[in-house]
Amino acid sequence: MTVRNNTHDAGLAAHKHKSGHGSRRDYMIGFLLSVVLTAIPFWLVMSGVLSAAPTAVLVTLLAVIQVLVHTVYFLHVDTRSESGWTLVALIFTAIIVLIVISGSLWIMYHLHGNMMPPALPPTAAPPM
Amino acid sequence: MSVALDEKASTPTFYVIEDEHHDHSDEGPTMLGFWIYLMSDALIFATLFATYGVLFTAYAGGPTPRELFELPLVALNTAFLLISSITYGMGMMAMRDGDQAKVQMWLVLTFLFGLAFISVELYEFSHMIAEGATPQRSAFLSAFFTLVGTHGLHVTFGLIWIAVMLAQVGMHGLIPDNQRRLMCLGMFWHLLDVVWIGVFTFVYLLGVIQ
Repeated sequence: MTVRNNTHDAGLAAHKHKSGHGSRRDYMIGFLLSVVLTAIPFWLVMSGVLSAAPTAVLVTLLAVIQVLVHTVYFLHVDTRSESGWTLVALIFTAIIVLIVISGSLWIMYHLHGNMMPPALPPTAAPPM
Repeated sequence: MSVALDEKASTPTFYVIEDEHHDHSDEGPTMLGFWIYLMSDALIFATLFATYGVLFTAYAGGPTPRELFELPLVALNTAFLLISSITYGMGMMAMRDGDQAKVQMWLVLTFLFGLAFISVELYEFSHMIAEGATPQRSAFLSAFFTLVGTHGLHVTFGLIWIAVMLAQVGMHGLIPDNQRRLMCLGMFWHLLDVVWIGVFTFVYLLGVIQ
C-alpha cells in the first residue's frame, strides 16, 4: 500500500502543474477555438448559405470538435492526469453515451416505422 | 484500530495516511472520484438527449422548433456560458498564484455570467409558456423542457455552489480544502458548458433547419 502510494505521489509531483490546472495559454487557446467553433454553426444556420443537409452535417461536426476542445483545454483530460484514469473513464462514458443515443434512435425509428406507416391510404389498410 | 491502540499514542498509523494527502490536497482520490460522478451525470444527459431525439418531431399539432426558437437569444446565452467558463479558468490561474482577491473577483464574474444565462433561459421559458408552448402541449415540448430544464437546474446548483465557495474563501482563504473544492466546481462548471454545446447544436440549431 505504502509502495503504491509513493509511486503514485512521485508520478503526481512530476506533472503537478500540468494535471488539473492547465495554463493561461491553454485557457485562452480553448476560449478562442470555442468562439470560432460556436460562431460558425450559428452563422451557417442563421444565414442559410447552405441547404439543410450539408448544414446539419457541418454543425454536428463542429459540435464534436468543440466538445473535444473543451475536454482538452478546459477539463484538462489527457493521458497523464490521474495516471490516465480520467481519460479511461471518459472513453468508457463516451461509448455508453453513443450506445444509448444511437441505440434509442435506431430502435424507436424502426418501431415508429412499423407501427405508424406514414400517409398510408385508407384503401391500402389491411382488413380488420 | 486495536493495533493503533497498542502502539504509542505519538505515532498512530492513520495520521500518517492522512498526512500524505495534506501535501497535495488538490490531487488525491477526490478529483478522480468527482470526475466519475460527472461521467454518471453525462449519462443522465445522454438519456435525455436520446429521449429528445426520439420525440423531437412529435408536435401533436402544436408549435414547431422553427416557430418557437429565437436563435439570437440562444447565441447570446451561449456567449454568456462560454465567457463564464473562461472567467472560471482565470480564477483557477489566480488560485495557482495564491491571489485570493483575484480568485474572488473571477468567481463573482463567473457567477454573474451564469446568472445572466439562467435569466435569459427563464425569460425564454416564460415567453414560450405564455404563448401556450407548455410542457403539456406535445411530446416534443415535454422532451425539450426536460432536457434544457435539467441543464438549467444544473447551472442553478452551480451558482449556489459558487456562492458557497465565495463565502468559504472569504472565511478561510485559499486553504487546501477550498482549493480542492474549487477544482471540483471547475470541472462541474466546464462540463455544463460541454453539455450546452450538445443542447445548442442538436436542440436549437438542428431544430430550426429541419
